[in-house]
Parts: sequence; structure tokens; C-alpha cells
Amino acid sequence: MGKKKIKLSKEDRIYHIITTVILAVILLIVAYPLYFIIIASFSDPVLLAQGKVRLIPKGFNFLGYDRTFANQNLFIGYRNTICYTVVGTCVNLALTMTAAYALSVKELYGRRVIMFLITFTMYFGGGMIPKYFLVRDLGLLNNFWSMILPGAASAYHLMVARSFIESNIPRELYEAAEMDGCGRLTFFRKVVLPLSGTLIAMLTLFFGVGHWNAYFNALMYIQDREKFPLQVILREILLQNQFSLDDITDPELMTALAELQNSIKYVMIIVSSIPVLIIYPLLQKHFVKGMMIGSVKG
Amino acid sequence: MSKKTRCLTAGQNSQRFKKAKIIFRKNWELYLLLLPTLLFFAIFCYYPMYGAQIAFRDFKITKGIWGSEWVGLKHFSRFINGPYFGQILKNTLTLSIYSLLVGTPFPILFALLLNHCRSTRFAKILQTVSYAPHFISTVVMVAMINMFFSPQSGIVNVFVKAVTGDTFNFMGSPEAFPHLYVWTGIWQGLGWNSIIYIGALTSINPELHEAAIVDGATIIQRIRHVDIPGILPTVIILLIMNAGHVLGVGFEKVFLMSNSLNSSTAEVISTYTYKMGMQQAQYSFSSAVDLFNSVINFTILVIVNTISKKVSDNSIF
Repeated sequence: MGKKKIKLSKEDRIYHIITTVILAVILLIVAYPLYFIIIASFSDPVLLAQGKVRLIPKGFNFLGYDRTFANQNLFIGYRNTICYTVVGTCVNLALTMTAAYALSVKELYGRRVIMFLITFTMYFGGGMIPKYFLVRDLGLLNNFWSMILPGAASAYHLMVARSFIESNIPRELYEAAEMDGCGRLTFFRKVVLPLSGTLIAMLTLFFGVGHWNAYFNALMYIQDREKFPLQVILREILLQNQFSLDDITDPELMTALAELQNSIKYVMIIVSSIPVLIIYPLLQKHFVKGMMIGSVKG
Repeated sequence: MSKKTRCLTAGQNSQRFKKAKIIFRKNWELYLLLLPTLLFFAIFCYYPMYGAQIAFRDFKITKGIWGSEWVGLKHFSRFINGPYFGQILKNTLTLSIYSLLVGTPFPILFALLLNHCRSTRFAKILQTVSYAPHFISTVVMVAMINMFFSPQSGIVNVFVKAVTGDTFNFMGSPEAFPHLYVWTGIWQGLGWNSIIYIGALTSINPELHEAAIVDGATIIQRIRHVDIPGILPTVIILLIMNAGHVLGVGFEKVFLMSNSLNSSTAEVISTYTYKMGMQQAQYSFSSAVDLFNSVINFTILVIVNTISKKVSDNSIF
């Protein structure tokens, strides 16, 4: 990105004009579908179905929002997903940080073997069925913990965290602390954790988004409607068109609702994605940095 | 082995053991910190690998995994000689190689363009916006595809109709499925996948660029001779890692996008495993399919890694 203001050659000027156009087109292609969802959610469903909504909302209204918020299932899903996300992310962080610190200590006996065994799981696994049997035999089927434990740690994030700690917390720091009688546990709690703010922010985002968007574990292990996470409910409504009409008895409203279905879907997408889309720009600096740690160390 | 040498090795062993004991005593707190995670990997990653032997047995619910009869490669040969093998393998390879070939250059090009963008603010906005799709869940992503490409009211078909005068049923077309899958994947991953290349580009020594500017190099020449060689190791490492997933086409998106109309191109190994195992309860057969997939993937990874190590000195292990 422009380091010096020197006069550009003719080729470079042409380059800049062409690439600016290309980048603008990319911006349009990436942003338009997202923008369209927003305008579609406020638009009249009839005009939407006719394809008349393109650049601005037509027939501005909140009907889709009203009906969406009246849907009980959505709230159950939302509530469950918040629980899964909070507990799951805490478990992820606890396992990742402790293990990453331990593995970052070069004197740890058996460190290389352990690291190899962990990395190996990134490339090879037992498969869907043995894992299903394991979860069943542990008595976790249809249990809250089946959404948490099978993904409690990930080899990739563990390795990224280890590299971060290795390169950010110099070993001299521990040597100095040891002189003062500080043990490994105290050092971890009082020095490593406070110095790993960026890492923790980045991991929280990765794990949190992972839990928020998790679908597969619920598909495999959860049968009870009361425990369904948001994504399973979303699938029913968005992809299988099972929008519950139970709470509506007024026939007029029922016909209107059939038309409203499309708007409701757009609203659902917004309501379900908003927490994530609000949080990530705030943490952008951290995860960009985090991705780069991963890239430098391979 | 003579008695003497055996004594010697035993002596060495006990010495090593003693040393290990000292090290352990010094670092027991670290092992304590490591323990929960090790338990996790042992239980949830390595135990299922052991359990994968169900693929070599004829699973009977009454007998359990360990009591069922050992049948060797029966399920593997049933899968390989079965009627769907060719089709599924072709679909899986089509999706993954298509994604790899088309999906790799775009984030690299995007990163190169951003890197030389003159307006820092424009580049920042572009980055933030381009990351957004990555955070959309698969369910929502597939719903968006369904809605945008719907033949009745989809916005894409509104434009298609304006140009060609007719609508096209994208979701119901087996021919369109791979394109839809790959290009929506590019839309979703463009910004996110470029982060790693942007990182690699910023770590290139700026003096190289300055020297090139002094020598009168144009931007295109600098991209060719400074940027691309600079990020090549990163590109290769990522290619190796992706090569290890050539048969591992992500389950969720394909599963959610497939319907009765496009199933001839939308059935891949992972969805087939799920249908055979979880929906039809053919546990042994399904595990055999899964294990076949993992073994092939791992073999490809090792081969690509070895070649790369010889040719370019870049490898992941």
C-alpha cells in the first residue's frame, strides 16, 4: 500500500484504474447479496415475489419481523444456541489455553510425540459411525454435552495457540518468575493468560462462531426438539418450509402468512446472523493477526 | 544379543527412566495442564480410530462392535464393486478438484490487488465486507442459495429472465450443481482465504519493492518478481493441506443443497456415508466407505507432501 508518493508511470496508472474497477466489482458482488437480504426483509412479499425489489425496499413494512418474533421455535433455538455457545466456548478455551501453554514449554518431556499425535488427528479420523457409537456409549445421546464434548478441542487451533505463546512469552520470563518461587500453574494464571489477550480474543471468536453455526453435531446426536440449536430450527423453516402455523387461527391471517413466508425467511436470516456479524468487525484486528501466526508457522 | 549388552541397555534404560522421573517431578504441573486435552484426543479422536474396525466386521446390534464377526474387506469390496461407486467417486472428485483449481487463485489475486490498492481506506472497507460471508452458517448460506436462485422469485432469475427471457431452475439441475456449489463457495471464502496471503505479502521485505521501484519496475513486474515468489511457500503449504482433503468434500453444504432432482451429481462420499449409516443403519458398510475415504485422503496427503519436499523444500511434516 502506497509507501511513497512518486510520480506514477503510465503503466502503473492504467494498472490502478483497471484494478480499482475490478475491486469495485468484487465489492459489489460480495456486498449485494447481503444488502439484498436486508432490503428484502422490509419489503412487501408480493412485490418481492414479482422480482420488483432490487435496489431499495418496496412496500416498506415490519410484518415479517412481527411474525418472526411471534415464532416460539425460534426463541427455543436462540436460547439453546446461546447456552451451547457460551459453555462450549469456555470449554474450548480452557482446554486450548492450558494445553497450548504446556506444549509451548520446550523442556516438556515427550512434547514432540504428543504434538505429532495431536496434529495427526487433523488429517486422519475414525469416522462418523465409530464416533456416533462412542457418544452413544458414553450416554451422551440427546444430551446437552453431546454438543460440547465431541468438539471440545481442535488440533489446528491448539497448534496456532501454541505458536502464539511460544513467540510472545519469552522463556526468560519464566526463569525470572521461577527464581521468585513461582510454579508453572501460577505462572500460567498470572503471566501467560494476561499476556495472551489477542490470542484469547481470536480463539473466542473462532470457537464462538463455530458453536453458533454448528449444525452437524445436532443432526447426529440431538433428537429432542426442546434441545435443538438455532441452526436446526433454521433448517426446518428455511429449507424445509416448516413454519409453524399452530398459533394462528384467523383464516385471513393464514393466507397472508403463506405470502409472508418469503419475507419471514429473509428476516430469519438477519435475526440469526446478526450477533456474529456485529461481533466480527470488532475483533477483526485480532483474528487477522491470529491467522497470520498460523501462516508463519505452517 | 549378548548378556553384557543387554545389561548395558537395561542400565541405560533405568538411567533414562530416572532422568524422565526427575523431569516429570519438575514439570508435573505442565502435565496436569495437558491432561484434560490429552484425554479429549484419546477419547474423541483415537478411540474412534480403534472403533473403525467395525468396518471389517459384520455389525450386529446384539453382539456389539467387539463381538461381531470379523469379515475382512467384505464391505470395502461391496462398496467398490457396488453400483454407486463410480458415480460417487466422480462427484466427489469433481467438486473437490473444481473447488481447488478455481478456489485457490481467487483469494491470491484478491490479496495481490488489495496489497497494491492506493486507497488504504477502500482496501480496509473491502476487507471487512469480504470477511462477512465467511461468518454465515451453512444452513443460512444454503437458504440464501435456494432463495436467490429460486425459479419463481429468485433475484438471480429476475436478471436471467431479463437477459434470456426465460427462468432456469438452478437447484433442480444436476448439471448446475457443481458450478453452484463451487462459485457460492468462492463468494463465501474469498475474503477469509485471502487473509493468509495478505499476511504473507506484508511479511515480504519492503526493501525488495523499493529496490524494484528504483530500478523502474512497474507494479505488474513487481507482482511477478517480488510478490509471487514471496508468497509461493504459503501457497504450496496450503495446497498440500488441501490436497489431504481431496475426497473430504464438506458434508454440511452438499447435504443441505442436495435434493431429489440434483442427487445424480450431489451425492458424495460423506453424504453417502451419512445416508447408509445414520439413515439406513448399515453401520459396517458405512464405516467402510468412511474409512476408504480417510485412507485415500491421507495417502494423497503423504504423496503430495513428499513430492513437494523433494521439489520445493516446502512440507508440512
